[in-house]
Amino acid sequence: MPQDTLFKGKLVSEQKAEDITRVEELAYELKVEEVMTANPSTVTPETTMGDVLVLFRQTRISGAPVLENGHLVGLVSIEDLLRCLQKSDLESETRHYMSTKLLTIKKNEPVIEALKLFVSSHYGRLPVVDDDGNLLGILTKGDITSGILQAMQHDYQEEEVRRYRASHLFEDIESDRSSLILRYSIKQGDFTHGGSASSAIKRALLRLGATPQIARRVGIAVYEAEMNLIIHTTHGGLIRCEIEPKQISINITDDGPGIQDIALALKPGYSTASDTVRELGFGAGMGLVNIQRCVDSMRLESVFGQGTILRLKIFLSQEDSVGEGS
Amino acid sequence: MNLQDIITKLDLKTLSSVEKDLSSNKPACGYSSDLLSCVMAGAPKKSIWITLQAHGNIIAVATLLDLSAVIITEGAIPDETTIEKANEEGVVLLSTSLPTYAVVGQLWEMGLRTSDPDQPCS
Repeated sequence: MPQDTLFKGKLVSEQKAEDITRVEELAYELKVEEVMTANPSTVTPETTMGDVLVLFRQTRISGAPVLENGHLVGLVSIEDLLRCLQKSDLESETRHYMSTKLLTIKKNEPVIEALKLFVSSHYGRLPVVDDDGNLLGILTKGDITSGILQAMQHDYQEEEVRRYRASHLFEDIESDRSSLILRYSIKQGDFTHGGSASSAIKRALLRLGATPQIARRVGIAVYEAEMNLIIHTTHGGLIRCEIEPKQISINITDDGPGIQDIALALKPGYSTASDTVRELGFGAGMGLVNIQRCVDSMRLESVFGQGTILRLKIFLSQEDSVGEGS
Repeated sequence: MNLQDIITKLDLKTLSSVEKDLSSNKPACGYSSDLLSCVMAGAPKKSIWITLQAHGNIIAVATLLDLSAVIITEGAIPDETTIEKANEEGVVLLSTSLPTYAVVGQLWEMGLRTSDPDQPCS
């Protein structure tokens, strides 16, 4: 129903369907009082149609509720005025031309209900009332359209603002050296969450304004290190990612078992992974090779029986810097 | 050639719930391996990855590499959590009973090629 009304007569492509979904959602979310015109100009049954004409012209409206002692008794619209003009009857009082067959809508109804009323009644405007029937405002299809557009604009701005704030994170903070540290604990054997930390770091970097290339390089490097913690350690380990405007430093530490022969571990194709892990597609012996390819500096230290620390650095050029705007 | 063409031509089953119009998803090239580190090293962004791995980690790989889609071959069916994860991350997960070789062959015939092998991390 709502898209029939809002996109009447227009062909709706598959791509547009996604936007309509949000419009539909909003038609259910938004309340009538949020989009209506509040405190509308009103007239009384005694007001002459000539005065109604002046009011419509001056305030550029096309309809007004008619109140008698504060109670809503009718609605006078531009159509009524036209009928009156046809008869050159502008001296006549509004009571003779206003429509009294009134359809009203409650202020706390969702916009979708108003849309249904517009469709079924062909009315151009609906007086908005509170639970006691007191007039609060008036609602036209135009009010609904601009209300929905405003809400959508708001949605969009919120994400923009969030991204903008993050991408300028370091600009307003004064220190000799500012950085943002992200920490993740990785459990041994937790294949279900494998890749969560690297995905989170990649997302954070993109929010901070990193280029997709930088975010991808960091993502790949951290993914391999994260899987190493899951596959090869005794208890899992820690990923610590420090983001500075001009460099990203990632330390991956664990407390065992340690690497016996580091030179061998760095050899492409060498792996100590079990057959079970290999069946899952890990243990190709390419993890550390991949990391090395993606970072600017890599240091691997390990004491067999104690643990391993892998230190990675990615340096950012002036154009690639993060958190300092663009 | 777009993803919708490929799905129709190869009669692929869509496992993840896809909101976006798949005809606007235009894969750049193809890549096939069942070793995840090789995929991490070799699959360029916007590529289609053909694999018989069906466990949850393929979603992390697809997300980190910004892949166009993952085609799981030989009728392997991922578990519920994998499909849920794919939906969360917006990864297009497809399945077929065909073996990897047949899928790759058909994609190649449709004009989907490999990327420059010297291409670095980006």
